[in-house]
Amino acid sequence: MTTRLESGVRGGIGDSPVRPDGNLKVTGEFAYSSDLWMDGMLWGATLRSPHPRARITSVDLTEAVKLPGVHAVLTHEDVPGARCYGLDHRDQPVLAIDRVRYQGEAIAIVAADHPETARRACERIVVGYEVEEPVTDARRAALDPACPKVHESGNIVRHQPVRVGDASAATADVVVTGEYEVGMQDQAFLGPESGLAVPAEDGGVDLFVATQWLHVDQEQIAACLGLPAERVRLTLAGVGGAFGAREDLSMQIHACLLALRTGRPVKFVYGREESFFGHVHRHPAVLRYEHGATSDGRLVYVRAEIILDGGAYASSTPAVVGNAASLGAGPYNVPNVAIDAYGVYTNNPPCGAMRGFGAVQACFAYESQMDRLAEACGLDPVEVRIRNALSEGSTIATGQVVDMPAPLTDLLERVRAFPPPAARITGEDGRPDLLGLPGGVANTTHGEGVVRGVGYGIGIKNICYSEGFDDHSTARVRLELVGGEPAVLVHTAAAEVGQGLVTLQAQIARTELGVDRVTVAPADTAVGSAGSSSASRQSYMTGGAVRAACAAVRARVFALAGRHLAAEGRGGRVPADLALADGKVVSESEGVIATLAEILHAEAVEETREFRHRPTRPMDPLTGQGDSHTQFAFCVHRAVVDVDVELGLVKVVELAAVQDVGRILNPVALRGQILGGSAQGLGLALMEEIQVRDGVIRNPSFTDYLIPTILDMPPMRTQVLEHPDPHAPYGLRGAGEPPTLSSTPAVIAAVRAATGRSLTRVPVRPEHITGHAMDKPSDLG
Amino acid sequence: MSMEFLRPATWAEALAMKAERPDARPIAGGTDVMVELNFDRTRPPALLDLTAIPELATWNTDIVPGWIRIGAGMTYTRIIEELGGMFPGLAIAARTVGSPQIRNRGTIGGNLGSASPAGDLLPVLLANRGAEVWVESVRKKAGPYPVYDFFTGPKRNLLAPDELIREVRMRVTHGPEQFAKIGTRNAMVIAVCSFALTLDPGEREVGTGIGSAGPTPLLAFDAGEYLAGELDWEGAGPLDDRVARRFGELVAAAANPIDDVRGTAEYRRHALSVMARRTLGWAWADYRKGAAECA
Repeated sequence: MTTRLESGVRGGIGDSPVRPDGNLKVTGEFAYSSDLWMDGMLWGATLRSPHPRARITSVDLTEAVKLPGVHAVLTHEDVPGARCYGLDHRDQPVLAIDRVRYQGEAIAIVAADHPETARRACERIVVGYEVEEPVTDARRAALDPACPKVHESGNIVRHQPVRVGDASAATADVVVTGEYEVGMQDQAFLGPESGLAVPAEDGGVDLFVATQWLHVDQEQIAACLGLPAERVRLTLAGVGGAFGAREDLSMQIHACLLALRTGRPVKFVYGREESFFGHVHRHPAVLRYEHGATSDGRLVYVRAEIILDGGAYASSTPAVVGNAASLGAGPYNVPNVAIDAYGVYTNNPPCGAMRGFGAVQACFAYESQMDRLAEACGLDPVEVRIRNALSEGSTIATGQVVDMPAPLTDLLERVRAFPPPAARITGEDGRPDLLGLPGGVANTTHGEGVVRGVGYGIGIKNICYSEGFDDHSTARVRLELVGGEPAVLVHTAAAEVGQGLVTLQAQIARTELGVDRVTVAPADTAVGSAGSSSASRQSYMTGGAVRAACAAVRARVFALAGRHLAAEGRGGRVPADLALADGKVVSESEGVIATLAEILHAEAVEETREFRHRPTRPMDPLTGQGDSHTQFAFCVHRAVVDVDVELGLVKVVELAAVQDVGRILNPVALRGQILGGSAQGLGLALMEEIQVRDGVIRNPSFTDYLIPTILDMPPMRTQVLEHPDPHAPYGLRGAGEPPTLSSTPAVIAAVRAATGRSLTRVPVRPEHITGHAMDKPSDLG
Repeated sequence: MSMEFLRPATWAEALAMKAERPDARPIAGGTDVMVELNFDRTRPPALLDLTAIPELATWNTDIVPGWIRIGAGMTYTRIIEELGGMFPGLAIAARTVGSPQIRNRGTIGGNLGSASPAGDLLPVLLANRGAEVWVESVRKKAGPYPVYDFFTGPKRNLLAPDELIREVRMRVTHGPEQFAKIGTRNAMVIAVCSFALTLDPGEREVGTGIGSAGPTPLLAFDAGEYLAGELDWEGAGPLDDRVARRFGELVAAAANPIDDVRGTAEYRRHALSVMARRTLGWAWADYRKGAAECA
């Protein structure tokens, strides 16, 4: 590696400089998209369907339009361009056309001079519905030809088989089977969907919005507005979390339509309840697995059927299916594989991107199976994983060779080697330490019924976009003198969604250009696409683009250095070993050549570069074979839990994680990703579920959609390994998603160990542990 | 569409305003009211803010011997800090309410006014046999409702439209008290079900209260009667495990739970029996300890 990483500049790669938004967020002063405000702006509101499936027989706007303060009321008839949008299939109407396919689908939008007026106007719109029986059983939607169709095209969005060897004919000494279920998790970001659309003089619109990918929004919005993309300009507003939920559009087109119609700025802010209907969720899944192995626990075959409920519209279901299928065998060597992954349409809430998508659902199932296999073979759960673990040079189920470090055995051995946490039932005063017990301060146990359990989980996640997608990012870097001092401006369209990307871009520029003063410009569409802040890809992709643009700037500075030397009469030969450090051009052999101030004068050096990862290929539609992924990432968890087995309450005592990240770019941000990902996985294991019955959401609020608190999320012991990936910038490996995969099965394995229950569904509820569930899962018989 | 905001500075002024505007919604900490407003579930024409009335946020024990008066504006935090010694069960229950921010604002009067079957303090008030809710209006001078009569249905109570809750009066028994609550996470959670227990050594009586397992907070009357008769008050001997289990069964039988998003009816009954048995164990251990110290 030729990059000088040892440059004396502070706040470069490997450091943890203070993030610019940190203090503002902690003190409540950060401007989120919901804080946007403009003189004379109007407020938007959305009328949504109460029914998951109905024909719309009439829409009467008369009373809404009459309400004083209302400036516009629009339906699908007012959409000037394409009527539908979508990340992959453009199947979702901007506003419902003749029918609704899920509860909460947008039917009409209103702009008024007060948000309350806009909401009241929505209430005055009279919609005639012919309610139909919703399609809610995903397995039936996938496999029963008699199931009513949600869309004309049929209910299967994607069916992806994976075939290796002959899994149907394979036999084995030990066979374990299981059916697993993953409930509908929500990303539960704190900043609700919001943004401000401002009509522009050129007939276009400027949109300020919290999103994950400005350019894919721009493309879809422009198509629906019937405008060329350059007249739909987006600027990233303060994002209050994303986790995948901002990949799909929410209020973007609606705000633009109303702004263009009224000639006034229009702001939307969803309330918390509306937010639960305003974004996609994690696909619920039903997964049937059968593993065959030798009596000493070596896998012979895996057969799996994975059904992912995509809900009413496709969103990113195709990619979710691709992940579940290609990674469905887990990080294991299996000679015979037959996986069938289906993503289907139903009348349930639309599901799409959420941290670890596709891989999370599969990981819960295959890791549960590995524990069953360990038990069947009389092996330690870590040992059975080590016996089957992939390593560098192994082939995954798609035939793709893992051509990068894959230190799974090392990860597993390290996590197992952590000393066990102490049992702490009583505090120092001898009284029960309620904070450390299941139930917490709710005082349900002073130690009675509490049993400890330990469990493990490991996962495999693809990093960056897969399956032949032209995945790229663009960065513009400008070096110039400001007040006589060298300063760098980095401009990308990459969305800072809280993960720390703004900080990282500056770190890279500091390291690459040896300049202390780095400014990161607001992300907007005035520069080329950065791709999505998804798939753990921005350090890799936008990091790679910033690095490439910096290299181009550096090359030009070196050329200017040569010119400077010549002008000074020191010319003739420019040293070959130039580098930038501390605001100077230096040579390892000849020392300081010149300061940047001397070289640059009034000249700004600006370069824009597009960065692409190595190409990937589609999966074969019949066999799933193909080098579909860019990079693989691995994390392993050990969970230690105390379960009150009588009341079914769980206290996770410790989560330990070991992850290989290739190269640590920012230790604090990295730890944040591991903690946050693990917490989200813990949430899926124990509490987080959007409860849907007959297509209707029963708990659209943070009163009943529970996410872990500080008393649920234990202290974490973490260890990070750095085996560089030779294909990636700095050798880095995407780090945000892998902890989300393995934490769920580790926690559940620990609860199983404590309770002896088979617990095949997440999230586990107290009544599943005690055996007082209403719909008794099969394992409770 | 606008909402009037009334902020009386005295109790008399508050009563007058409520008489004039019976449709005004009283608000103290806003724990429940603000959630309803934010979700657009209610849109009262007026809010009656009771936080500027000093005497509502006080307590004293000098009105009737053996009794305490707790002003409706006492926050959960102050209940924990100031009344925890006298009413440990009330303090345990208060500690399970929401987050520190919510406990700093939410009040005992609000808990009674909302009359949610899941109101965390309510089972404790029931378990304090004889506790009273004192209400007042310009029409009628202050008077008590027994707590066990006060709740008439889910989020309904006996308050007339012109009445306000002034205070709670509880008997000071100096006996062991316990409270336990099931939630599906370890903090900041609405009760799946809860149970409060009070042992009154003076009268050799047992008080019980069940939360979130019926349309209102419930008494487990038969369970309390049974237990009062079985406990070895005199000898303070060890608790008979069969008695504890029977007590748990009777508590579960007194509940009238439903299946909902927070849990199943069957689980609620089961959890109540476990909580009843365990809280009895802890309370009886306290009693025995106290008896040993007195001996």
